[in-house]
Amino acid sequence: MEQRRRNWHLWAGFLLCVLGLLSYPLLFVRWPVTRDVPWANFVILAVGLGLLISGLRRAYGQSQQFQGRIAGPILGVLSLAVVGFFCFLVFFASKQLPKAAGAPKIGDKAPEFSLRDTNNNEATLASLLAAPLPNSAAPPKGVFLIFYRGYW
Amino acid sequence: MRGVQERLGEIEQLGVRPVAISVDSPEESKELCRKAGYTFPFLSDPNTTAIRAYDLLHKGAGASGHDVARPAEFLIDSNGVVRWVNLTEDFRVRARGDEFLAQAKQLK
Repeated sequence: MEQRRRNWHLWAGFLLCVLGLLSYPLLFVRWPVTRDVPWANFVILAVGLGLLISGLRRAYGQSQQFQGRIAGPILGVLSLAVVGFFCFLVFFASKQLPKAAGAPKIGDKAPEFSLRDTNNNEATLASLLAAPLPNSAAPPKGVFLIFYRGYW
Repeated sequence: MRGVQERLGEIEQLGVRPVAISVDSPEESKELCRKAGYTFPFLSDPNTTAIRAYDLLHKGAGASGHDVARPAEFLIDSNGVVRWVNLTEDFRVRARGDEFLAQAKQLK
């Protein structure tokens, strides 16, 4: 009996789905154009799902020639789970932020603070507004405060 | 932050100082700055006093369940008055370097 061919569409499709998920935090988050709307990841995931569908059609439609009637559904479910997880992260999880209704508004006096810089020196809002910028003798016209989540 | 660092020269030329604030310790921030090449001030707010004063506390959202800041950007003028606020609704979507530059230009 003739050996049935390996159904590589299934495996490539699954691997692309995994790549489509992992490449966001590892790569595409670096550039605003691929970060804010993760279109590059959607392209990879779509190609992955397309290959999977093609692989499943081969496994069932041309089962004389191709393998994959067992691996196909398993890889298909796993890939859908990966795609679903990615969609959950970018459409839901990353939007779960507190409202910050009490944050200072335009025209408000900015709350003073006293924190430590990376050399353990004290830094206050007043001191940040008073100390000259690098390569300048005059105090700054303003300060951007950029609050971020932190990495540890 | 990457966007700010890329436009740092231009932002400082306009007389504005970017300052980053998080719950990370000074040592952790120092390590981040070294790795990522950030050369503007990074401040440490482990007790979330400034973060709470700006109503930005995101309870339990840290990697180990600790409180962190929700992302937010403010422009404060030399009188200590808020001139611009950006409260993103999605922590993946942050103000870009161009936006900081445009806001710095507005400040006379």
